[in-house]
Amino acid sequence: MSKKRRFNTSLGDQFLRLVTFLMAFSVLVLMAWMGWQMFDAARPSIHTFGFSFITSRVWDPVKEQFGALPFIYGTLMTSLLALLLAAPIGLGVAIFLNEMAESKFRAVIGFLVEMLAAIPSVVYGLWGIFVLAPWLRETVEPGLAKWLGFIPLFQGTPVGFGMLAGGLILAMMILPTIAAISREVMASVPNMQREAALALGATKWEMIKVAVLPYAKTGIMGGIMLGLGRALGETMAVTMVIGNRPDILPSLFAPAYSMAAVIANEFTEATYDLYLSALVEIGFILFGITLVLNFLARLLVWSVARGPKGGNLV
Amino acid sequence: MSIKKWRSMVWMAVLVLTILLTGCGGENQEPTGQEKSDSANLTGSGSSFVYPLLNQQIEEYRKNNPKISINYQSTGSGAGIKQVSEQTIDFGATDGPMTDEQLKSAKGGNLLHIPLTLGAVAVTYNLPSTPKDLKISPGVLTDIFLGKITNWNDKRIADENPGVALPDLQITVAHRSDGSGTTYIFSDYLSTISPEWREKVGKGTSLNWPAGIGGKGNSGVAGVIQQTSGSIGYLELAYAVQNNLSYAMMKNKEGKWTAPSLQTTSAAAAAATIPEDMRVSIVNAPGAEAYPIAGFAWALIYQNQTDKAKGTALVNFINWAIHDGQALSEGLHYAKLPANLVSREEGMLKTITFQGEPLLK
Amino acid sequence: MKDYIRKYKNWLMLSIFVAATVIALVPLFGVLGYVLKNGLGALNMQFFTNLPKAMGLSGGGMANAIVGTLIMVLIASLIGIPVGILAGIYLTEYDRHSWFSTAVRFATDVLTGIPSIIVGIVIYTAVVLKMGNFSALAGGLALAIIMIPLIIRSTEEMLKLVSHSIREAGYALGISKGKTILKIVLPTAAKGIITGAMLAIARVSGETAPLLFTALGNQYWARSLNEPIASLPVQIFQYATSPYKEWHQLAWAGSLVLILLIIIINLAARFAFRSRHS
Repeated sequence: MSKKRRFNTSLGDQFLRLVTFLMAFSVLVLMAWMGWQMFDAARPSIHTFGFSFITSRVWDPVKEQFGALPFIYGTLMTSLLALLLAAPIGLGVAIFLNEMAESKFRAVIGFLVEMLAAIPSVVYGLWGIFVLAPWLRETVEPGLAKWLGFIPLFQGTPVGFGMLAGGLILAMMILPTIAAISREVMASVPNMQREAALALGATKWEMIKVAVLPYAKTGIMGGIMLGLGRALGETMAVTMVIGNRPDILPSLFAPAYSMAAVIANEFTEATYDLYLSALVEIGFILFGITLVLNFLARLLVWSVARGPKGGNLV
Repeated sequence: MSIKKWRSMVWMAVLVLTILLTGCGGENQEPTGQEKSDSANLTGSGSSFVYPLLNQQIEEYRKNNPKISINYQSTGSGAGIKQVSEQTIDFGATDGPMTDEQLKSAKGGNLLHIPLTLGAVAVTYNLPSTPKDLKISPGVLTDIFLGKITNWNDKRIADENPGVALPDLQITVAHRSDGSGTTYIFSDYLSTISPEWREKVGKGTSLNWPAGIGGKGNSGVAGVIQQTSGSIGYLELAYAVQNNLSYAMMKNKEGKWTAPSLQTTSAAAAAATIPEDMRVSIVNAPGAEAYPIAGFAWALIYQNQTDKAKGTALVNFINWAIHDGQALSEGLHYAKLPANLVSREEGMLKTITFQGEPLLK
Repeated sequence: MKDYIRKYKNWLMLSIFVAATVIALVPLFGVLGYVLKNGLGALNMQFFTNLPKAMGLSGGGMANAIVGTLIMVLIASLIGIPVGILAGIYLTEYDRHSWFSTAVRFATDVLTGIPSIIVGIVIYTAVVLKMGNFSALAGGLALAIIMIPLIIRSTEEMLKLVSHSIREAGYALGISKGKTILKIVLPTAAKGIITGAMLAIARVSGETAPLLFTALGNQYWARSLNEPIASLPVQIFQYATSPYKEWHQLAWAGSLVLILLIIIINLAARFAFRSRHS
């Protein structure tokens, strides 16, 4: 404080602005640097396989043939599945905690939900092998096949280890992020909004729908994007339950593979340079995919956010 | 939160950090300032297969040599090779030998492969009635893993196991998804016995598997096998024994059925012809006793050491590990190195030098 | 719309939210129960005070790994939290809509999607290879890189929620912009920012992959920040991949301790914050 006082205020202001600007700028530098490092390490692979790396379905380290398509497919499908499950549930949790629960209850349950984030990914994976996968194989997958078997997604032998297990584990892992951020965002909606809606005779749900959700929309989207980021890059837990089969099959029951999983699985034992390079290129492509997805999501947020924006209540 | 509070929080953090750091300094008994020639800190990494054994050998060795700290971390053989080649560690360990190309690109010159121990790969399965000691011939094993034999009641399995009731059950193949020395040995074996496998799949730490589900690590594969009725997979022998999984008998080169055990693994190494540089595969080894799916784990050490104290400590420890240290093997389900090999390894250790001067006395 | 339909709909939607909460808690109890069941047996005082011991010897602990994790998370927080919060401030308070801030936001989101092992590899090439050895600093740096985008994003979301009228009240009182941000805006959003930071800490505390290539691991105490250092996730990983049941149990106990550690850090931060601001 004492140091600050010696400056005149505007100088202090300039300083704060400069520092925060530098930090924000450093993120750009960090992304460019990470991107460059990956590109540099991926160069032998890019040079050898060119564009066919993305379109090829063959991943054969022995014959030095590398194609990333099955991993890209697996990553996108599991992340999508995880979002479809976790976004509504996370939002539901946030609404319950923020709008319905009593304050004591709220603190405890809110804490518990955040604790889902404290569990290391390896632990989720082990639990997935010994609890989730057998349950899916014996109960869930036969059930789904029986009632929804006419859809290709739910056909095939129930194995337990596969796309469905991967998506479910990811959903569990991104749920706390989505719930926590949505909750904070809703908590900041001014109470006046709620009271106004209730005073007009709205039911609680109508109040949430009219007075809370519209204002929290962009923030909730932000939370979902953070969740998506985590789902895309998540490694350990996914690889333990997804079945690790580099193949593109329509069924959710079938084993699949993800980009982060193949990197984690094979990197420490990759024994020649082209192989290492191909793995890094997968990382580089994942980087590109997050880039594109974020771009699309941003477009989506912009189009959705034409209504009232969170925070910008003026 | 005001600047003051932020600042006090930062100071708190720095304080805690300092306390933690001095704390760990204090608990260490090693003299830090004056490093005598007989005290040394070594770092090694690599093969996760040898980790439990090396770990115990290091503990045991330290009882008589308290000034030697050897930090060995299991990061995977590929990582061990990469790191020792880039000289970020003092020694590596691997369970697949380095290729000529890799040896050439090592930054510190000539790297030696010193066998540390032997491992066997067990073919484990999960069948409802659990028939013990199922016999699986090389041809059947290959075709199961190629996805050609898909049911347990297949005639070719039944032919080798008369009197065993085999269920009508789909075969689920389980394999390692992470790169692994175990996969290397297993695929090395299949490539040796089956031209078709060699042609279609080949050998390596990771493969393009024609069939099955990948589990991460031994525990991942064991998990898939334990949780899936009708599954078959391969695991380190120690893992199968420790976790009470049933494993199959294999037909060796002489046509004898052998179960994986420490004796049959050592027998494979004793019967194999081992070249000068020790980079050898011992799958499908000759000898009536030999178990056919076995391999070495090697320490990777530079022939020219750049630090006298470290180099001396390293060769002394490895020399101890291949002699007295072998006594610890069996308790952990590792096979002992055959005696004729150990004397040859000692000869190799004597060629390790610091500025031209041999380090092992 | 008829009243009873509205009431019915209200009841239905509210029940759905309750159900969502219950569903969300099921895996938590499932996983926690599983860890407790497997890990509690191996947990004793020695676990917290002793160094790891070789297979078959009793009395081994993970004291060095617990301290190592704390040190690296601390290093990561010292770098990641200030950078993340300051950058978040810039994005909300100084520059919300320019191409530059859009680019920074973009970069942030892209960085969150990088698999953590890639961060480890990059730090290995950039730091470990240059220094010639593995170190706690390299490990902490890798974790910081994972933390930064998470914190920026949550800080930004929380600051955006602070209503403009609060900022305007500050200016109206003649308080400078900088002071308004530090003394009014930041404290208003502090709870959310801390939640975000805690989620980020929880996330990196359990990371194994980026540490394998940066901090490596150590079965002894590290004597400086420039040496390989142990950490709970790496130690758990090594024990979990071994064939021995005794070590598997230690791995479970380690997981339990890791979870408890994160919970304690989390509670401590909340408590410290609450006592200052209520």
